[in-house]
Amino acid sequence: MTKIKCAIIGPGNIGTDLIYKLKRSPVLDPVWMVGIDPTSEGLKRAREMGLKTTDQGVDGLLPHVLADGVQIAFDATSAYVHKANSDKLNALGVLMVDLTPAAIGGLCVPPVNLASHAKAQAMNVNMISCAGQATIPMVNAVARVQSVGYAEIIATVSSKSIGPGTRANLDEFTYTTSNAVCAVGGARTGKALVIINPADPPMIMRNTIYCLTDDEPDQERIRASVLDMVKEVQKYVPGYRLVNGPVFDGKKVACFMEVAGLGDYLPTYAGNLDIMTAAAARTAEMFATEILAGRYQLKALKEAA
Amino acid sequence: MSELKNLKGRRVLVHDMALRDGMHAKREQISTEQMVKVATALDDAGVPLIQVSHGAGLGGNSLQHGFAMHSNEEYWDAVVPKMKRAKISCLLIPGLGTMKELHSAYDHGVRSVHVATHCTEADTSPQHIAYARKLGMDATGFLMMAHLNDPKGLAEQGKLMESYGAQTVYITDSAGYMLPNDVIERVRALRAVLKPETEIGFHGHHNLGMGIANSIAAIEEGASRIDASVGGLGAGAGNTPLEVFIAVCDRMGIDTGCDLFKLMDLTQDVIFPMMDHIVRVDRSSLTLGFAGVYSTFLLHADRAGKKYGLPARDILVELGRKKMIGGQEDMIEDTALTMAKERGLFKDKAA
Repeated sequence: MTKIKCAIIGPGNIGTDLIYKLKRSPVLDPVWMVGIDPTSEGLKRAREMGLKTTDQGVDGLLPHVLADGVQIAFDATSAYVHKANSDKLNALGVLMVDLTPAAIGGLCVPPVNLASHAKAQAMNVNMISCAGQATIPMVNAVARVQSVGYAEIIATVSSKSIGPGTRANLDEFTYTTSNAVCAVGGARTGKALVIINPADPPMIMRNTIYCLTDDEPDQERIRASVLDMVKEVQKYVPGYRLVNGPVFDGKKVACFMEVAGLGDYLPTYAGNLDIMTAAAARTAEMFATEILAGRYQLKALKEAA
Repeated sequence: MSELKNLKGRRVLVHDMALRDGMHAKREQISTEQMVKVATALDDAGVPLIQVSHGAGLGGNSLQHGFAMHSNEEYWDAVVPKMKRAKISCLLIPGLGTMKELHSAYDHGVRSVHVATHCTEADTSPQHIAYARKLGMDATGFLMMAHLNDPKGLAEQGKLMESYGAQTVYITDSAGYMLPNDVIERVRALRAVLKPETEIGFHGHHNLGMGIANSIAAIEEGASRIDASVGGLGAGAGNTPLEVFIAVCDRMGIDTGCDLFKLMDLTQDVIFPMMDHIVRVDRSSLTLGFAGVYSTFLLHADRAGKKYGLPARDILVELGRKKMIGGQEDMIEDTALTMAKERGLFKDKAA
């Protein structure tokens, strides 16, 4: 079967884990890894896994895009360089799946709104953040039953699973996630908190989701909706689990989640890595299926001035 | 610490925590009138720095950390114009508070900030420390749960914060777990790597009754800033009680510029009547200090214990065993639920 060829920008934790996910995909084929440091361990790993590499950034990839038939690119760099990367690749008709908190494209949480992005023929979709991917399905599971005035999510990740880019730019992570709790989750107002825990052995990613409903919560329907949503996420992240809840306390609904990863690149504690890469891979697969079926024509966008 | 050093004439900058850390002990329910009353009395007693905000600092108003009676901005607007000498400070924990809120704090007259991270995660603070300096604020790197990093490791983290622009690095004994030798080793390690002009601070909790002794030990090794809280109003068994600390400093000839009798009166006449529970070493707060658990977990564990029929002490010990750190208050109810299920006290309908 034909596969859609993909490039990955950024050979860090996320980029490397993506290689594993894409190699297993029936419709995606990772062919390029883009970095900026010739001595990078990540580029070396990518070469060993059979990918072509460049240490010249996206500019090093551009001359090969058409020849190698790259149609989808994943950006796992930082919010600050994403726009430039996206403009250059969109100009060549490459669809961008953005794993930085730049959020210049539509915000995507697969079980909530992936289908609508594919229908809209987007050229840039943003995967928000690991915290967003882990919690927004639960916010939406409550908000699709009844209106949620405020949702608050607390993501706790192990110190070893958080790279230097996220650490140095924690505010972007919080802003993007809070915004998406509303825009995608469906709460009217929202807040995101992130905690980095250094325990050794590392703790598995934990997430708590609080929703304040406008009216008394319909406990039975919310419980059913939450359990259905957990099953949807488990289709691409098998280690997504409801540990406790939903707990009802007045109009407050609390869900306590755990996310274990598949252990591809980092060990299973780094569920935050997996939920991000698995969501990105699932998003790209949906687009790839549309492209292969001839329902979606990638179009070259003029490079923004 | 074989022999007490002569500290006569040593200058120490005290920083009161009652209107920030004390918010935890009051479940964030302090009125603006009470804030003004306490802050003006502290100012009048010569306390140079007073922290005023939600207990969890900027961005603290949340389901996770509780909603205060007023926004931080309302508290600052009430307190700042009343100050004759004292500067008002705030707390910022990256991941909870952001630069937007720091900017707002500056706009409302706040001039000093503790930028707080867990003692191994200093590299989550560069944006916030640099931004505080850019605004012209006094910026402190505040290494929480400092007992969980060894002296060498803590010194490396402090050095990072200094490199981001922190003018002071704090050893923060959030669990009230440290003993004087733990403090001495950490101050020494920091002093050995920090620039001479970078100050060292100590923030104690009184869970093992060591607040004063630890603060004095820190000063002996060269710390020049001490956090304390009038009447001991703070999380757990409270912070180092300010008036007791000042009395000890007076006896030792340490120069704090604070008026002991005014602070005693403030404690007795205003702070003690404000307390919802007596902030002291009791079964739960002693458990915090003994097990090395974040002091703010105290009242949350009491509540979860009552809700699920478990002793708060059991929950606190389990949180310590699972190495939960500051900010993970959501894991208190989660842990209580899991323990209640294991003990057959609670049936989970979803399971």
